[in-house]
Amino acid sequence: MQADQAWDWEPGARTVLEDATACAAPHEWTEEPEASPDGERLAAVANLGDGRFTVCVNAEPWETDFEKAWYLRFSPDGRLTAVTMEDGMWTVSVDGESWEESFDFAWGTTFSADGGVIAACIQSEGTYGMIVDGTPWETLHENANNFRLAADGLHTAAAVQVKSLGQADIATFQQGIFSVAVDGEPWDAIFVNCFDPAIEQKTGRAAATIRRSLYDYSVAVDGKAWDAAYDCAWGPVFHPGNGQVLAPVRKKGLWGMAGDAGFVWNPAFIQCHHPQFSADGATLAAIVAPSFGKFTVAVNAAPWSATFPVVTDLRVSPDGRTVAAQASNDNAAFRVLVNGSVWPGVYDMAYGPVICPATGQVAVRVEKDGRQAFVLGGKAHPETFDRAFNPIFSPDGAKVLLRGISGKAYKRIVAPVSAFTG
Amino acid sequence: MTTTIADRRIEDAGLEAGIARLTPEKIQKTIQAVLAGEGGARLKTYVETCVRCGMCAQACHYYMSHKDPSYAPVAKVRQTMWEILKHKGLVSPEFIHQCAQIAYTECNLCRRCMHYCPLGIDTAYIMSFVRRICHKLGVTPQYIQDTAHSHSATMNQMWVKDDEWIDTLKWQEDEARDEMPSLRIPLEVEGADFMYSVIAPEPKFRTQLIYQAAFIFNQAGVNWTMPATPGWDNSNMAMFTGDMEIMGRIEMAHFATAQRLRVKRIVMGECGHAFRAIYDVANRWLGWGMHPVPVVHSIEFFWELLNSGKIQMAKKYPGPVTIHDPCNVIRGRGLMDKLREVVHAICDGVVEMTPNREHNYCCCAGGGVINCGPPFKNVRIVGNSIKAEQLKATGVKTCIAPCHNCHGGLDDIIHKYGLGMELKFLGDIIYECMEKKGAS
Repeated sequence: MQADQAWDWEPGARTVLEDATACAAPHEWTEEPEASPDGERLAAVANLGDGRFTVCVNAEPWETDFEKAWYLRFSPDGRLTAVTMEDGMWTVSVDGESWEESFDFAWGTTFSADGGVIAACIQSEGTYGMIVDGTPWETLHENANNFRLAADGLHTAAAVQVKSLGQADIATFQQGIFSVAVDGEPWDAIFVNCFDPAIEQKTGRAAATIRRSLYDYSVAVDGKAWDAAYDCAWGPVFHPGNGQVLAPVRKKGLWGMAGDAGFVWNPAFIQCHHPQFSADGATLAAIVAPSFGKFTVAVNAAPWSATFPVVTDLRVSPDGRTVAAQASNDNAAFRVLVNGSVWPGVYDMAYGPVICPATGQVAVRVEKDGRQAFVLGGKAHPETFDRAFNPIFSPDGAKVLLRGISGKAYKRIVAPVSAFTG
Repeated sequence: MTTTIADRRIEDAGLEAGIARLTPEKIQKTIQAVLAGEGGARLKTYVETCVRCGMCAQACHYYMSHKDPSYAPVAKVRQTMWEILKHKGLVSPEFIHQCAQIAYTECNLCRRCMHYCPLGIDTAYIMSFVRRICHKLGVTPQYIQDTAHSHSATMNQMWVKDDEWIDTLKWQEDEARDEMPSLRIPLEVEGADFMYSVIAPEPKFRTQLIYQAAFIFNQAGVNWTMPATPGWDNSNMAMFTGDMEIMGRIEMAHFATAQRLRVKRIVMGECGHAFRAIYDVANRWLGWGMHPVPVVHSIEFFWELLNSGKIQMAKKYPGPVTIHDPCNVIRGRGLMDKLREVVHAICDGVVEMTPNREHNYCCCAGGGVINCGPPFKNVRIVGNSIKAEQLKATGVKTCIAPCHNCHGGLDDIIHKYGLGMELKFLGDIIYECMEKKGAS
């Protein structure tokens, strides 16, 4: 989430809404609230009774109500979206205005990194694709999944079924019925499976993990498959500088990282997934298991020394100088890991580290004994909440926007970095 | 009477097409690669320590039903893995057909025999290894292979498309609101106490189970959610075909979904094999020592709800009833006591079947056997006449089985042998007999 300088960054706490469940319209209940990125609005779906729903923003209902409304999400630029249904047809509503076209089903709203582009998945008369800012793909497919919107919002992609399949027709399936569609148009190449497409910003090149047979995993870029075959593979990533595609792959029981010319990280890990580049491509990090049951993060193939039963939520700063993740044991005893060091705090839950793009500082929303709080650099802010939202750094990194609900009140707090002392 | 697998050969499109592509040389090359890469100390230990005592025979429902020694667990190993090892993998395509027929359709991987083996040999592991070889050779029964394909393409076993899943949940929520107007099936709620996961047959044709679970959870006032993305299906037929790579991908999606939602744990519907995949097998293939998010079967969760007083029974289900112990959550997790405590709390008159608990006979559907489809239906029904005898001896007309596969297998047996019994999930009875304070 990129903060905006125009937001109110004056340090201090402000109650935005006295009652987070309030709705000015007569209603039966309100659902789980979402906070706007700038913290100024709290929104929730409200059941109006008689099977009607609307969305309340700071307790004020949208002018329109619907047969159904759900999946309330703020875009990074602050627009509020909901998936809505009227007369049995579904679409996306943005700030109360529904997209003109509606479909037999719509779901999975997603955003470009700056929020300027909004996309969703659609099904129309049994065919599948995506819709971008209200405009559906021209070509829909018998099935589609693994939907993606490029970070710059210029292109979309999905794994699509391009050949029909009869019931229990295992022969046709193994000949290949899947491809990857970019902006709706499928590659010429067809594979047994296509998984986890990735889209390169600006160019719209797409890469995906493929199965050429039940046993032969590889990666295809713009429909052209690598020669090499692997025993298994996870989703690929594009090098943001030179466009090279890399993916975690498995060979003879061990995982490494490969490109089209072979391994760039030797297959030395029991597991390797979720690779992520820094913006300049100089740093490549991934979650790895150097030995069975022991997970950590590897940066440019070198694993950190501290290992844990589980590691998730890998983040890499744009300059690559900060790599963060979180660790847990049996989904408890959450720890925060930054550049190989382990913060002293142990939490009941952590919600993924947030790295300040300007300074590399790390903040995390955590939960302990039923209360949510914020920790920066290992030190906690004194305010705790029943429910909170992820922290957002100010553009210069000197302050952190904290948003949360305590009791009934929804609060917005601008906390200087120095306020994290616990 | 003693037969051989050759005497009972069954044609299956997947098996026939598979062996048609093979030569002994291709077979040997593949088998040697699998043995070298995956046949470690566990396989070697089991093969070398078996003393051929035959005590496992009476553990197997196929043997007990046919009284044919060729169905004994040790005989299944003798006819498959021992021959493979003896010939260093140089075997015929027809032999591979026989291996596949035994491993996929005459063994439920139920692990009952492990309890009867004086050395604790896990024959199910050896049969799973044979299945892995068959998968690598492309010799798998058609219908179960189709489910593995579905898993790979949709992350669920019944080709349920992304929108169909959400639409079904919305539909069941609407249906249930006729009975409880405030009811919700909360989707994608970050930080809920648990993610409820089910197997694909529930949205496909057992939607009442989703309705019932939602009703029970709403009545209990618990903080729960369901995902609106792939990763919702906890079943894993790829584990049973031997496609470990797809097995791992399914479970990665399942756990990643729970982790994304930041739930405290996963509560599973009444399914046994899914528990095995998540709790024991696929998590370890992915490199985790245990599951990364705690996994709770419905038996345990209902036990918690009843013991905490979050749900209360308005009446007890009129018995007598009997209890079928599903293999994967009883032998695999030890839930036999909690299952009984739940059943006694919700039913009058519990009649134990004999044998029971960890010694109960398998339903003969699990381990992927029922998923092998119509060609093998009769095999699993005739091969479990002992189960029919066991059920009949209880003298009761209601059998509680907290497992989907068990329902499928037992239903066929009840019809074939004219037992006149009805099958119930725990959720069926709790929903029917609980106090419904929020209902209209």
